Amino acid sequence: MAKITYIEHNGKNHTIDVTNGLSVMEGAVQNNIPGIDADCGGSMACATCHVYVKEEWFNKLPKKEDGEEDMLDMAFEPKKISRLSCQILVSDELDGLIVNLPEKQV
Amino acid sequence: MIKTDALIIGAGPTGLFTAHQLKLIGLNCEIVDNLDKIGGQCIELYPDKPIYDIPAIPECTGEELTNNLIEQLKPFNIKFHLSERVDELKKNNSNWEIKTNKGTKFSTPNVIIAGGVGSFEPRKFNLKECQKYENNSVLYSVKDKTVFKGKTVSIFGGGDSAVDWAIELSKDSKVNLIHRRDEFRGAQLNVNKVHDLNKSGKIKLFTKYQLKTVNGKDNLENIEIESDDKEIKKLDTDYILGFFGLIMQLGPIADWGLNIDKKTIPVDTEKFETNQKGIYAVGDICNYPGKLKLILSGFHEGALAARACFKLARPDEKYRFEFTTSSKTIKNRLGIKE
Repeated sequence: MAKITYIEHNGKNHTIDVTNGLSVMEGAVQNNIPGIDADCGGSMACATCHVYVKEEWFNKLPKKEDGEEDMLDMAFEPKKISRLSCQILVSDELDGLIVNLPEKQV
Repeated sequence: MIKTDALIIGAGPTGLFTAHQLKLIGLNCEIVDNLDKIGGQCIELYPDKPIYDIPAIPECTGEELTNNLIEQLKPFNIKFHLSERVDELKKNNSNWEIKTNKGTKFSTPNVIIAGGVGSFEPRKFNLKECQKYENNSVLYSVKDKTVFKGKTVSIFGGGDSAVDWAIELSKDSKVNLIHRRDEFRGAQLNVNKVHDLNKSGKIKLFTKYQLKTVNGKDNLENIEIESDDKEIKKLDTDYILGFFGLIMQLGPIADWGLNIDKKTIPVDTEKFETNQKGIYAVGDICNYPGKLKLILSGFHEGALAARACFKLARPDEKYRFEFTTSSKTIKNRLGIKE
């Protein structure tokens, strides 16, 4: 279990407990957090669960797999600190993770 | 006006198998899809990725699955309307009247929406100013490459489209290729070619840059691109081409008076009918308790929706369930001679 904070583009905070093994995307979708669309359902086939992760956490996350960076090319305003939240799996180590949501997903 | 027993919106696996089911029970149908090819997400998003959960097919790619479904439809002559998007849907007595963006009109008692997560549209630049020049000097596809002759073209993107067009247009135009990172996902052979053309000065390559501003009055004059380190470069350009892949948007479906919940359409699990009589939703776009977004679920949903279509298309006949293994009628429809 990890406490994860999702910050909407307008600054609104949502901190929720997400069960280990779920993705950061699933944590958002199951708790109706606006701003994560996840159109493809987590198959890394779209870029609508795009989040920004500030450096201090970005560097602690497991590295991107092949394909994630390719999909991020198609995200809305991708940055160096962009990730697809469907590819970040929750574990105890991620307790306290903060992700920032982009202005929009599409 | 084309009259048909059922119109299917979406030529993905679910739409294709639904067409098969309709034809098997003796109904005719036509299929409309906004993409220029058959296959939906399977062909657009993951043609090469293996799928492992199609019953009785241990492993196949999105492309193989699509080809097999097309093969399965061969006995039936089904009319596809590709590169067309259904824009309007209106009730006229007991029929639905449908109009596409190209003006094709249909009249049918049954509309089956097998639209996945909506229609694929090109992802556009986020800058508002780009809209002003869209379709003139800001483009998301190439329809006529001769317009670029002798001009400066700034191409954005890192996939095959961006890479291939950069190479092609560099023959007769000045080309800037701009991408947000160093790696390109285009075919390696062509990526190497781009680097060669960059060395010989035929293509100017800017990596780790993104579009910052577009400037001009009536016509586009120049653009500014910004690097990750906030360094800004100004480039004179006549055209901007953006190749950021396709995004899925629900599009006009949202305006047809259907109940919509989080981009999906609630249906019953007997007919897969929506809140409108004669409009069904199957595959990823439909929603009901326990819904799984699996291709096999789409097949099941399409088979049941097809049976529901029979009642409205043939109100005076009674539908009889038959097996393909034993029914003579079905074998005739499949063109099987015994």
